[in-house]
This record gives sequence, C-alpha cells and structure tokens, in this order.
Amino acid sequence: MTRYIGNTNEDRELMLKEIGYDSIDSLFKAIPDSVKLKGGLKLPHAQSEMELVKNIKELSNKNLNIDDYACFLGAGSYDHYIPSVIDQLISRQEFYTAYTPYQPEISQGTLQVIFEYQTMISELTGLPVVNASMYDGATAMTEAAIMACEATKRNEVIIASTVHPEYRQVLNTYAKFRNITVVELGYNDGQVDLDELKNKLNKDTAAVIIQSPNFFGIIEDMAAMKDIIHENKSLFVVSADPVSLALLKSPGELGVDIVIGDGQALGNSMSFGGPYLGFMAVTDKLMRKMPGRIVGETVDKDSNRGFVLTLQTREQHIRREKATSNICSNQALNALTATIYLTIMGKEGLKEAAQLCLQKSHYTYNELIKTCKFSPVFTKPFFKEFILKSDKNIKTLNTKLLESNIIGGYDAGLQYPELKNCWLVAVTEKRTKQEIDNLVRKAGE
Amino acid sequence: MLKHQPLIFEISRRGRKAYSLPECDVPVAKIEEILAERYLRSEAPDLPEVSELDAVRHFTQLSQRNHGVDSGFYPLGSCTMKYNPKVNEQVVRFDGFTKVHPYQSEETAQGAIKLMYDLGDMLSEIAGMDQFTLQPAAGAHGELTGLMIMKSYHINKGDVKRNTIVVPDSAHGTNPASAAVAGFDIVEVKSNDKGLVDLQALKEAMNDEVAGFMLTNPNTLGLFDENILEISKIVHEAGGLMYYDGANTNAIMGITRPGDMGFDVVHFNLHKTFSTPHGGGGPGAGPVGVKKHLAEFLPVPVVSKKEDGYFLDYNRPLSIGKVKEFYGNFGVCVRAYAYIMSMGPDGIKAVAENAVLNANYIASKLKDKYYLPVDRECMHECVFSGVWQKEKGVSTLDVAKRLLDFGYHPPTIYFPLIVSEAIMIEPTECETKETLDNFIQAMRQIADEVDNDPELVHSAPHTTIISRLDEALAARKPIVRYNKQV
Repeated sequence: MTRYIGNTNEDRELMLKEIGYDSIDSLFKAIPDSVKLKGGLKLPHAQSEMELVKNIKELSNKNLNIDDYACFLGAGSYDHYIPSVIDQLISRQEFYTAYTPYQPEISQGTLQVIFEYQTMISELTGLPVVNASMYDGATAMTEAAIMACEATKRNEVIIASTVHPEYRQVLNTYAKFRNITVVELGYNDGQVDLDELKNKLNKDTAAVIIQSPNFFGIIEDMAAMKDIIHENKSLFVVSADPVSLALLKSPGELGVDIVIGDGQALGNSMSFGGPYLGFMAVTDKLMRKMPGRIVGETVDKDSNRGFVLTLQTREQHIRREKATSNICSNQALNALTATIYLTIMGKEGLKEAAQLCLQKSHYTYNELIKTCKFSPVFTKPFFKEFILKSDKNIKTLNTKLLESNIIGGYDAGLQYPELKNCWLVAVTEKRTKQEIDNLVRKAGE
Repeated sequence: MLKHQPLIFEISRRGRKAYSLPECDVPVAKIEEILAERYLRSEAPDLPEVSELDAVRHFTQLSQRNHGVDSGFYPLGSCTMKYNPKVNEQVVRFDGFTKVHPYQSEETAQGAIKLMYDLGDMLSEIAGMDQFTLQPAAGAHGELTGLMIMKSYHINKGDVKRNTIVVPDSAHGTNPASAAVAGFDIVEVKSNDKGLVDLQALKEAMNDEVAGFMLTNPNTLGLFDENILEISKIVHEAGGLMYYDGANTNAIMGITRPGDMGFDVVHFNLHKTFSTPHGGGGPGAGPVGVKKHLAEFLPVPVVSKKEDGYFLDYNRPLSIGKVKEFYGNFGVCVRAYAYIMSMGPDGIKAVAENAVLNANYIASKLKDKYYLPVDRECMHECVFSGVWQKEKGVSTLDVAKRLLDFGYHPPTIYFPLIVSEAIMIEPTECETKETLDNFIQAMRQIADEVDNDPELVHSAPHTTIISRLDEALAARKPIVRYNKQV
C-alpha cells in the first residue's frame, strides 16, 4: 500500500467483514463489466520520495531560472522582490490545506485574511468593494466586461489595443460564446486614441476597458476619458498594476467604475505563468453584481466580531443557471500571499519599491537611448516598462544577451506588427545599476 | 487563543516597518520631472505599518483560527479533502519552477514544458481521453472550457442550432452556471427514485438543439450510474456530446474511465483528485481532456512535442482561443505530477478502492442513526438525510455545528439539493479505520444527543473561538472593508 493511504490489508479485510462484503470488488458492482478497465493503467511505476525528488529536480534544472540572470522581461509577469516571510507563512498547513471557508466558526483565519485583503485592494484601487480574488488579471477583466453588460443591459465592449494581448484574447474567447461584441480601440503615441474613443462609443457600449500602465508601460490619461465614457452611460473599466498604485492616482479617485488587475507582482513568484491572482474592485453601486466570493463583517451570538462569506445569493451554487459567473474556486492562497506582501511592504515600502521601479526604468531608458542603437517610439510617461525601437531583430538581440546572462525584453512586434523590432523592457526594483549598465553595454554593442 | 484577533490595520503604528529595500543606486531624478503631478497620488494608500514580528505573529495567530486537513478529519463531501503530500510542496518550490518567466524562450523552459506534456499524457491515460489542456484554473473554469469546445465542434460541423445543455437535477451548481456563461440554454432532467438519471426523461429532453449532456459519475449522491452506456448512447444518437464533470473521479481511478463510458469531454480537479492543496479556496486547476474529434478545438497554446524538444503550439486555427493568461496554474500542475509519479498505476487504483471502502464503511455504520435515502453500495461518498433529526427539531446545520465540538470539519450539508437536510460525507482514501471509527462514534453520539438533549445540539458549537455568526446581518448591512474610526 502506498504512503498516502491509511488502511492496511488487515484493516480492509476487517472493514469489509463488518459491513458484510467479501471483497472490494463487490463494492464496485454497480459499474458494468463492459466499462471496467482491463489490464490496469499504463502509468510510470511508483517512485519513492528519494527517487521522486531527484527526478523532478533534474527536470527543473532543464529550465533556466531567473536568479542566475538579470531579468528585463515583463509583459505581465514581473521579477519583483518577494520577502522571505511570505513563504514561511503561506506554508502553514492551517492556511494551505483548508477548503473554502464555508464553516466560519473554524475558518476565521482565512475569512479575516480575505477581509484584510479586500481592504488593502480597496486602498490601492480607490474603490470600496473588492472580491476574494479571481483566477488572474485576464479572467478578472473578462468577468468585468460581462458584469458591465449585465449592469447596463448593453452588449458591446470597447477595449483598447494597448491592453495586454492575452487579456484581449481571453475576452474574445468568452465574448464569442456569449455574443458580446468586442470593438478594439487604437492608440496614438502609445495612449488610447481619444477621438477614436468618442467615435466608437454608442448606445450599445456597456464598457470601455483600458489598462494603465498599459502593455507598453505607458500611463493612460484616465481623467480625460472618464466624462466621455460616463456621458454615454457606459462603465469605465481599468486594468491596473497594483505596484504602480502606490504612486499613481487611484483609478477610483479618477472616476473609474471597475478596477481589475493581476496580483502576481504582490509577492507571487513567476512560476512559468501561474498560479497568480486576479483582483477586482467596484463601486458600491455594482456590489451586488460582482462575481466571486465576498467576505463581510458581522457578530456572533455573544456580540464578538467575526467574518463570513456574504452576499452569496449572487453566486453559482444558489443561482445555478441564472448566475452571471460560474467562479467557485478562486486563488485564495495567492490572495493571502498578496495580503502578507502588502503588510510586509506596508505604506512606505510599497511606495519605495514603486519609486525604485520608476527611477531605474527611466535610467535604463535614457542610457539605452544614449547608445544610439535604440530610438524612442512613444513620448508619453511610463512607470516600470517601456518600448524602444532597436536597430536589430529582437530575437537576435535577446539570444545574444542570454549569452551574457541577461534575459532581454519582450518582442512587441510579435503582437503588434507595426512595432517590428520594438523591445518592451521591464525594470523592477530588483535590478541593480551594475546589471542595467551591463545590459546597456551588451545591447549597445 | 484570544476571542478577539485585531485586524492588521488596528495594530498598525506610524513609522513601524517590516521591509528593507536597497538604496537607489542609479542617479535619482525628481519625480515631478518624470511624471506630471496630475498622475500622482496626493496620499499613499493606507496600508499597515507593522514590524516584521508583528506581521508574523498576526498571520500565525490567524492561521490558528483555521481547520486544515493536517489539523484533523475533513469529510467534506464533493471536495475530496485528501492529504496534501509534503514532498509536493518541496518540489514545486525548486528554483527551476518558481523562477521561470512564462515568456522566456522555449529552449530555456524545456523542463517545464515537458512536465506539462507528460502530465497531460498521464491524465489522458487515467481519463481514457486522447489529449488534455492544462490551462483552466479551476473545475468550473474547466467546465466552461469544455462547453466552449463542444459548441465549437457543433458549429464547425455546420450544426449551428445546438444551443441547449442538459443537466440532471443532482448536478453541481457550477454545471448550469458554466453552461450559462458559455451562452447555452439549460434544461434540467429529474433523477429517478434511485437518484440516477431517468432514462425516459433524458430521451424526452433530447432533440436537434441539444449540444450535450453534463454528468458526474458517480453522481452527487455518491452513486455510480449503471446505465451509463445507455445514457451515452441516447445522447450520441441525438447528436449530442457527453461531458464528464470530474469532481468525483476519486471513486473510479484505475477501475473505469470516462472515455470508456462514452464521454467525449472531461475535466479533472487537480485540487481534489490529485492531492494538490485547496489553499483556503484556491488555487486549483481544472484540466480538460477530449477525444480525438474535439482536439482541434482545445485552447491555445497546445503543449506539443517535436524531434528536437517540446514547444507551445499556437498554430491551431480551430482553437476556441485562450481562456487564461499564459498556460494555466503551472505550480498546481507540478504538484499533481509529483502525486501521480508517487502513486504509480497500482497506487492510483488503490486510491479508488480505499476511498470507496471508507465511504461504505461510514454509510453502513451510521444508517441506523441517520436516514440513508438510497441504501445500496455507494462510491467515494455517502449522502444521508437529517430528516429523522429534523422531526425532533434539530436541523442538519445543528448537527454540523455540533461536529465542530468534536474537532471535525463537518460534511457538506444541504447538497445535493434533491435530498432534504442532506449530509454528504466523503472520507477519502487517506484516513485509517481508527479515524473513521472515532468519527462514527461522534456522529452516533450526536444522534443520541438529539434524542436526549436536543438543545445541546441546537446551540452548538460550544468549544470554538466564536459562536454562530449572524449571516443575515452581514448581507443586510454589508461591511466589506475596514474603515478607520475617526
């Protein structure tokens, strides 16, 4: 018997006897013989723990890990600093081996964490109501689009082409099946084209979706868009980088109705793309339309403060086919990670990290331009990521940099044909001057 | 333990800090020179200010207000709360997994892509399917993906009016919700008096607008539908596809396979069947497997292999598109891979055998005290009805709350909806006879208490740090974030 199964053969015999069966097989008699598997599963033989660790270690060693390199690749997944406290705390079994907090008396830990998470995301986004998390930024954005269609009873969403390409792809997949029309909005000098926005808004527009800082790293001018969108009675949806929100005016303050984003940057490792978390914050008005779990404060019989899952009549297990979202499991442990990250960094630390990103990315930008091998593409302000045009093919450039232990930026031309040979470079607080200077030297050769 | 655990914001003091960052080593420009003032906040977000020890104690104390699988028995029906092996937590933290960027070149991520490829193959073997995608992040997300694939299949054949999904009334709530999100109309068919699919009702529900039928087998009553081949035939003959909700796969692994029962699409919950931790509500993973005729509709990228290595194939013109950023919850997939490699084919089969034995043992030992609506061999879980207790004024909720006093996480209650006062117990294969005996003893004692001292049960729990919470108040006057008292 394997190490993860409790009963011995003797136990099994005894149990069968006590309940009046002569074999395990007799418990499976409802399964017709014709569908029973003959000959057993064709899987690799069971491995002992020693063999397993060795084999998986070998497999993991086939991947380049960014600790041995200087990483200037972002495009939706970022090499931010992760405080050591996080892994120690999320490794507590009471957190990671628990289920969704359906029994509040023995789940106050998870429930209070989510309440604190909701408060922190509310502080960052400037909107009052936050759910317990979504799968990732892309699905959070898609659910926001669906919510906007339900709330406005309209069926078209306008999305800026400066939103992360994968987010747009996920939205398009869902929209195709729900018959939501998706209209793309072009850019002008790296920002949403306002004239085009005015022209495209119409009586069917449920929402306008943008990203800020956008895929090019550029900060969008939300203030200039808010009135245009609201005059059309459409909802304004913004995907935001949570780290940038320590420094930048919050979308809530700028009149945005729904803020979503990916929370990977908040203490989650890059892990080849997941698990991360999506966050979602909305206005009071949209609270009862929001998908996902929400934790609320209440009291017990003795008037002690406690927390429960609340407003559950919105959710799939109650509404079934009338639900507007089917989300059930979310990314609770990643939301815990984000909560611990925001606690450790705190009010000053997050701001300082954001300032470091801003300073270091601008230093890198300027130094790269000085090499004369790169030229500016846009003039608008950026936060931690920027685009430059290279005099070389980006793949060739990145291959060369890899030899010097540098992971170069993203090839923007892969998703934007007009941005051929354009390099999307991310610089987080982790990059040192030495690493940056090295990048500039090698890339400038 | 303190009854009252302050919020992190309540212990925050201005000037305390738990972080350290290096000095800025590049020449510092004035922020106003980089960004116009209108872009900048006037005040920083009000995040906590605590010392590192404050933070560590706070979250440690919060953790102690939780019950996990490692704390004690967790027979939560339909959730498969099995043990989460520690070695899986170790291997997923290798730098070669956590510190890999999703967009780094394929040549530099061969180990990760190979792992995904091999996991897909192993899941295909367990499911009797031809190909898997690991992209969906959870069971419900897998359902949605599978349903999109089904719709694309019909449309691609020119069969454009198939816009109905049929589900049994015993289905998980996510089934109809996922079908609605995928843009389908939903028709529900009643179960028969044995809790199984009513074949006549199913036949009547079939027509040329039906895209498919969603079923979990064993169903949510823990019963294997012995008519499964007949069901598949009815659906296929009507031109529909069969969708397998894999939430209950723990009962059948190595014994039978969805593919052999006639299913065309299946999702598994790696966080149920394949031992990855539930994390307090996620992250999970809901990979979707399909038969060959549906493979071209799988989301992009498809993890593929060529002579010189593994790669991510985006060139799939009939694909439904992407359903998630990047390639799925990779870290969850690493754990599931480690689990299957630890178990091997015999271990996987032993999972089903022991899960089913344990559930039958509980069913048999409690059925004189609690009403068992369908008294026959169950699979990995058994569903009681608390109607005998209800007659005495004690609800299923009361029984569940009383179990807390014995140190157990209660079973799933009030689901499935077709059983009144439902108590759904899923012990999993990991538990020993002694653990089950102790739980059975507690359940029997509670049944006796209902007879002798019903108030004791009705007012439970008595030993938890907090008593029953006013959920109505929370919904009526929602307080969903902390606001500083001024």
